[in-house]
Amino acid sequence: MSSPPFMPTGTIYGTLLNTLDEWVALSPQMAQPPYKGAPKAPVLYIKTANTWSPCDSPITVPAKATEVEVGASIGMVIGAPAQRTTVRDALDHIAGYVLMNDLSLPHASFFRPPVKYKNLDGFLGIGPRLLPPHEAGNPNHFRLEVRIDGELRQTVDYARLVRPAAQLLADVSEFMTLHPGDVLLLGCGAQRPLAHTGQRIDINAPGLPTLGLLSNTLVAEAA
Amino acid sequence: MKHACVAYDRAIHQATEHDGQLRLGDGRLVAFDAVRWLPPLAPVPRPRTILALGLNYADHAKELAFKAPEEPLVFIKGESSLIGHRDHTVRPAGVEFMHYECELAVVIGQTARKVQRANAYDVIAGYTVANDYAIRDYLENWYRPNLRVKNRDTGTPLGPWLVDAADVPNPMNLALQTTVNGRLTQSGHTRDMIFDVPCLIEYFSSFMTLKPGDLILTGTPDGVVDCQPGDVVVTEIEGIGALINTIAAAP
Repeated sequence: MSSPPFMPTGTIYGTLLNTLDEWVALSPQMAQPPYKGAPKAPVLYIKTANTWSPCDSPITVPAKATEVEVGASIGMVIGAPAQRTTVRDALDHIAGYVLMNDLSLPHASFFRPPVKYKNLDGFLGIGPRLLPPHEAGNPNHFRLEVRIDGELRQTVDYARLVRPAAQLLADVSEFMTLHPGDVLLLGCGAQRPLAHTGQRIDINAPGLPTLGLLSNTLVAEAA
Repeated sequence: MKHACVAYDRAIHQATEHDGQLRLGDGRLVAFDAVRWLPPLAPVPRPRTILALGLNYADHAKELAFKAPEEPLVFIKGESSLIGHRDHTVRPAGVEFMHYECELAVVIGQTARKVQRANAYDVIAGYTVANDYAIRDYLENWYRPNLRVKNRDTGTPLGPWLVDAADVPNPMNLALQTTVNGRLTQSGHTRDMIFDVPCLIEYFSSFMTLKPGDLILTGTPDGVVDCQPGDVVVTEIEGIGALINTIAAAP
């Protein structure tokens, strides 16, 4: 008998510009307005509960959107309160890892919070499984593959991060406590593929088959 | 009716205001200063969505040298930044400018999806007062206002009361004010919002479903000043309540 798909219980924090390829892609703009400088603290956003879609459920795309951007990420699920933790102790606060598909309406500016692009109903695929740290191993060795209708479109390599998992968790916990059930995404990479209504998005971690396959199909909004 | 959520006698209680006292769910009457005040919200089955507006009063936008936005400038807060009435908010060591923001907070009462402005008041359970502190030293131009400014532990006092919508005939006609150590520093009026409450509910519910217990913090008017450890900050909205908070030094 299989267990029900994992669903979080806390707040889900996403992370922009935490993969080196994203940083490199945006660095020519960083000194220009409106940014006027590279970010110093982790760049975070929140995926509210209305966005949560269990693995295998359809995700509705609004009629006005022609395409959505796929954001494959590892989510670190917190198991013990993390408040001003050190890098060395940070990963001790993790209950496990889960696959996430952080969908967005495509947008080019990161000046204002991305609520109208990222917080649409259903726009976060989650699961299927929470993999405990002793089974998952070192998060810096994780890799993700993204397929659209079966075709490989992106790989995300967590060996190439601006802040590796422990550093990210430590830096975020400097100003806000992460509580059990909260989730912190490691980052979605640059070159995020676009998908449209009718297509199936599959995300998996090669080498970690026990994390499962996160699969969601995009469907059109009912008229 | 005015609702509160309090810790008393080793338990958490939903309570109501009764002749200057709190009536707990089990009928006991206790004094306001005998309890620890928590955000006046009933538990919800999933994390609540907390939407907060920036630059939603024309005078405040001018104060911060921004032109008024053409659509709502919204950011999202995590539930763990909320604290209750009479609690303490930490000022980080070494910062130059930490300010309060007195805001009318709308508490959603019914599932709201694609709600028209004309029907927006039907989905509101009630109103409370939020103090949406900001540490301006940490502002960065990436998803601004960024979470290090706006989502800090203890950074969002809320309360003391959730006042039923039925007892607030017109939330767009309320005076707001803030005092610091008894001195009036901020004074405004909800009629000066750029995007009023029905407009905000129509806008958000056009792309995201709001659920009972979700919050909309509607922005703050002109008049924010720096606050130091020991300062007592009272954010007050006519007919809703006076939310008391004290600034604490970083541990």
